[in-house]
Amino acid sequence: MSFNLTMIGQSIAFFVFWWFCQAKVWPLFANILEQRKQKIADGLEAGARGEKDLEQAQVKVTEQLKEVKAQAANIIDQANKRASQIVGEAKDQAREEGQRIIAGAKAEIEQEINRAKESLREQVSAIAIAGAEKILESSIDQAANEEMLSKLAAEL
Amino acid sequence: MAELAEAAQAAVEHGAEALTVQEYITHHLSYLTYGKHVDGSWGLAHTPEEAVDMGFWSIHVDTLGWSIFIGAAFLLFFRYIGKQATVDTPGGMQNFVEMIFEFVDARVAEGFNGKNPLIAPLALTIFVWIILMNTMDLVPVDWITGLATLVGEYVFGLEHMSFKIVPTTDVNITMGMSLSVFALILYYSIKMKGLGGFLSELAFHPFGKWMLPFNLIIEVPTLFAKPISLGLRLFGNLYAGELLFLLIASMLGVVQLPAHFVWAVFHLLVIPLQAFVFMMLTIVYLNAAHETHDH
Repeated sequence: MSFNLTMIGQSIAFFVFWWFCQAKVWPLFANILEQRKQKIADGLEAGARGEKDLEQAQVKVTEQLKEVKAQAANIIDQANKRASQIVGEAKDQAREEGQRIIAGAKAEIEQEINRAKESLREQVSAIAIAGAEKILESSIDQAANEEMLSKLAAEL
Repeated sequence: MAELAEAAQAAVEHGAEALTVQEYITHHLSYLTYGKHVDGSWGLAHTPEEAVDMGFWSIHVDTLGWSIFIGAAFLLFFRYIGKQATVDTPGGMQNFVEMIFEFVDARVAEGFNGKNPLIAPLALTIFVWIILMNTMDLVPVDWITGLATLVGEYVFGLEHMSFKIVPTTDVNITMGMSLSVFALILYYSIKMKGLGGFLSELAFHPFGKWMLPFNLIIEVPTLFAKPISLGLRLFGNLYAGELLFLLIASMLGVVQLPAHFVWAVFHLLVIPLQAFVFMMLTIVYLNAAHETHDH
C-alpha cells in the first residue's frame, strides 16, 4: 500500500466532477422535478376549481330551472285565461249574431205577413166587389145576401 | 468466463512461461504505473518492482484512467439525459436517472440540516461514481486485463503489463476521495464556525474547558479517523472482493464458473452498499461541519 500522485489526481478529478455535477447536471433534474411538481399542483388546483365551478353551475342550473318552471306555469296560466276570455267573447258574439239573425227573420216574417195581409185585403176587396157585383146583378135577396156574406166571411 | 480466463492465461503463457498462482495474482494486483524512474527519467514502469521504486512520483494510469473515464461517462450521460428530459413524458432512461436523483436528494434532505446547495450534487457525484467504479469488479478479471496485457505486449512491448480496471481497489483512489471529503470537512467547519469555533469544538468538547487535554485526545483522533475510515472501508471491501475473484479464477479451475457466480451475487450487495455508506458518511460529516453550536 503506497501512496503516490494517483491520490492527488483522483482528488482533482473529484473536485472537477463535483463542480461539473453541481453546475451542469444537478440543476437540469432539479428544474425538471420542480416544474413537474408545480404542474401537478396546478393540475390538482385546477381540478378542485373545476369541481367547485361544477357545483356552482349545478346550483345555478337548479335555480334557473325553478325560475323557468315558474315562468312556464305563468305563461300557461295566462294562456288559459286568454283562452277562456276568447271563448267567452266568442259566445257573446255568437249570441248577438243569433239574436240579430232571429230579429232579421222576425222582421222578414212580419213583412211577409204584412204583404200577405195586403194581398189578402186586395183579394178580399176584389171578392167583395165581385160579390157586390153579383149581388147587384141578381136581385137583392136578403137571405141570399146573408148567405153570400157569410160564405165570404168564411172565405177570408 | 472460464474460457476467457483460460484464453487470457494461454495468451500470457504464449509470451513467456506459465504463471504460478502467486504470479497470476501479483500480476492482477499490480498497476500500470507511469512515473519518475530511480534514474530520474519519466516513463512507464516495466516491472512491479520498478513501480514500487518510483515512490510518490508515479501515477496509476489504469485505475486513475478508469476512474476519470467512468466519472466523465456518468456525468456526460446524466447531462445528456437531463438535456433532453421532458416534464410531461419522461422516458425510461429519464425515469431511471430521476429515480437516482430523488433517492440521493431524499438522503441529503434527511441527513443534512444546513443550507448548502452544493452538498446534494456532491452526494450524487460520489454515489453514482463509486457505484460504477465498484461495478467494474463484476467484469470478469481477465477480460479487459487480459486484452490489455496482449496490447501491452504486442503494441508497446511491455512484458506482463498490469492493467487494473477497478479503481476502488486502489487505495490511492479511495483515499484521494476521502481526503477530498476531509478537506471539505475542514473548509466548511472553519467557514461555518470560524477558526476559533472549530478549534474550540476540538478543545472544549465533550468535557468542558477544564479537561482540555483530554478533549483534544478524544477529538483530534476522531477528526482524523473520519477520512481514514471512509477511504479504507471502501478500499478494504472492494480489494477483498477483487482478491477473492482472483483466487477463484486462479485456483479453482473448471469449478470457477459457479463459484464466480456465487461470489458475484454476494458482491452485488457490497457494490451499492459501499457507495451508499460513503455517500451517507460524507453527508453526515459535512452536516456536522455545518452545525454551529451555541454554548
